Amino acid sequence: MKEFLEGSRAVAEIVRLCKPGVISAYPITPQTHIVEELASMVANGELKSQFVNVESEHSAASAVLGAVATGVRAFTATSSQGLFYMAEVLFNISGMRLPLVMTCANRAISAPINIWNDQQDSVSLRDSGWIQLYAENIQEAADLHLVGYRLSEDKSIMLPVMVCMDGFILTHGMEAVDIPSQEEVDKFLPPYKPLYKLDTAEPLSMGLLADPDYYLETRFAIQETFKGALKLIPEINEEFKSRFGRDYKDGLVEEYFTRDAEKVIVAMGSVCGTIKEVVDALRAKGKKVGLLKIISYRPFSYAKVYDALKDVPKVAVLDKAISPGAYAPLAIEVKAAFSGRKKSPKVISSFIAGLGGRDITPESIKEIFAKLTQKEVNLEFIDLKPELLKEEYGE
Amino acid sequence: MFGPLIVKPSKSKGDKTGSWRIKLRPRYLQKDCIACKMCVLICPEGCVQGKEKNTYIADYNYCKGCGLCVQVCPKSDIVMIEESPEGDKK
Amino acid sequence: MFKAGHTACAGCAQSMAARLVIEAAGSNTIVANNTGCLEVFSTRYPESAWNVPWIHSLFENCAAVASGIEAALIYLGKKDTTNVIAQAGDGGTADIGLQAISGMFERGHDILYVCYDNEAYMNTGVQRSGLTPFYTNTTTSPVGSMFLGGNIRPKKPMPEIANAHGIPYVATASAGFPQDVQRKVKKAISIKGPKYMQIHVPCPLGWRHESELTYQVARLAVETGLYPLIEYENGKLAAVRKIAQPKPVEEYLKVQGRFKHLLNNAELIKQIQEIAYNNIEKYSLKVASSE
Repeated sequence: MKEFLEGSRAVAEIVRLCKPGVISAYPITPQTHIVEELASMVANGELKSQFVNVESEHSAASAVLGAVATGVRAFTATSSQGLFYMAEVLFNISGMRLPLVMTCANRAISAPINIWNDQQDSVSLRDSGWIQLYAENIQEAADLHLVGYRLSEDKSIMLPVMVCMDGFILTHGMEAVDIPSQEEVDKFLPPYKPLYKLDTAEPLSMGLLADPDYYLETRFAIQETFKGALKLIPEINEEFKSRFGRDYKDGLVEEYFTRDAEKVIVAMGSVCGTIKEVVDALRAKGKKVGLLKIISYRPFSYAKVYDALKDVPKVAVLDKAISPGAYAPLAIEVKAAFSGRKKSPKVISSFIAGLGGRDITPESIKEIFAKLTQKEVNLEFIDLKPELLKEEYGE
Repeated sequence: MFGPLIVKPSKSKGDKTGSWRIKLRPRYLQKDCIACKMCVLICPEGCVQGKEKNTYIADYNYCKGCGLCVQVCPKSDIVMIEESPEGDKK
Repeated sequence: MFKAGHTACAGCAQSMAARLVIEAAGSNTIVANNTGCLEVFSTRYPESAWNVPWIHSLFENCAAVASGIEAALIYLGKKDTTNVIAQAGDGGTADIGLQAISGMFERGHDILYVCYDNEAYMNTGVQRSGLTPFYTNTTTSPVGSMFLGGNIRPKKPMPEIANAHGIPYVATASAGFPQDVQRKVKKAISIKGPKYMQIHVPCPLGWRHESELTYQVARLAVETGLYPLIEYENGKLAAVRKIAQPKPVEEYLKVQGRFKHLLNNAELIKQIQEIAYNNIEKYSLKVASSE
């Protein structure tokens, strides 16, 4: 049923349909509306969850860890500083192989303090052992939560899923969204059946000390499981398409006019919507351009990226995060896809845009296409204002 | 694929910490015991067991020889003796 | 419920107290444990001493994890038949864990929080904590030629902090009084809401005394008035363990290597004796003498 909804509300509606037993979150802009909506649903009896109003993000993540460990589906949401505050708990959750879905409302990182959108927060936690899926629009953000629970609780996976949606752009934007019915959701997402849980009927110990004789295998297991996720994500998306009618292809990447393109931009998140519009406009003028949208950042499908771009002469990677002192995070992954392979684009240029919420306009995208020439660009910032740059402070 | 994560207590036998004793072990005289159970309560290993008077004894597989049971027994019915390879003989 | 075969030091009062607590609470209990000595010596893969459902997450979050467990049990309709215990050392409670425990108290979860107070960060090598008492020698508050006293800060009043949150039951206990520990655990479990118990557990290694003296040292702490055994119920001081003849603090200090530097320092001992007298006065620990 289609409704014109704010992004946060759409997410809250889908989460409600997934029936988590425990919700625990700490408010941080721009995630606030999601948890406020859920609190309202609980207060109105529309959602039978235990809502735990914790005193920090660290405790929010710890509380949902405890809930999932007790065998109950749980949900939390956060952003930027909150994500970093709960960082050690996130590693704990993936290390203990507990399924969970968390919304990350992508927001820039302090300092300087900035509440607007970029992807530095979730990208900086790419090593946390969480599956990371990036949404282009509000419909996709909502759908990824449903896919997320199904993926996370699969017995061959048992890893937490972070659904990344650009803060303000998607959380506070409004769109016509198709929210499925409870019946449809129940057919796609069965109740959570834990592999192990805290139960007085069958006591067990979780979170033991693993000395050098034991630790390595747990990490190997997580690495192998991500390979399995690369296979399972397309299967789940196939079923999603047949049940709900929305086609996210393999759920790992989306090829938008890449097959015969001469220039392709690779990007993640809501900026893909803007890029698609520019691609449409340029294609109408006969320019052969395209977009490769990355949906699954972790696991990263090097195979799909290779397959989509191997015949494209010029590729630009658009990052909304930086890795100071090194090449940009997404650019590194894309370059790695071609390392040691037979075919490769002639040029893979890296561009940074949109940090701290600076608007990425259609003009910015056109500028990137224009800058995508024979000469490879190692790392260039788009829409930079040089007049703001001071060389030094002090006398 | 998972790796070493969860332990069921039934599968865990624990370390045989009795091997930690090098000098002394407690001998339960089982003579004047009044079954007050202080030895049972105080043992950090929880390895002292018994039912009626004069039946209390430590499990030497786990007893670390800390000497606490000797200190708490109100009847001085437990004494520390030298550790010996043959074990406790009456 | 807490099996032998764990690798605590010989004479460790924390292992004794942990066993007393879980035996008193019973098998219908789920335990959330912080990082610390207890967690490390009782659960080294593939061994576990715990015959109840048990989870360890991080150093500071057992109160938050327990909050999540309690919420899940309420959702499952099982909370009335299952106890939840969150336990930690003094560091994980009063210092790094203070935020989580305060939030847990404020939200009113039905959880018993047990703090095993051995008065320093023992697991990492006897560094001082917020519950390290006055003039204790620890590795981060050592006695040196410039500082003759060691730790120059008083003990954080954790029971009073807990009580100030308005929780229904707060109690202190000691490894020197094992039946009292179990009585208080049973009482706490029977009360609905957040409960705080702080158990004084001597550490032979960190306090530098013989393993067999653990029991006596714990009793001396109580009998000098330095570690009052008290119970707060619904905000009011409800019961205390009275001391017939308070012993001079020197008897307690001289058996422990961590106070060795005080033995020739009458001035510092006098200050510690003041603390004991203040406790005796504040909590009315003295047995009333007949006129």
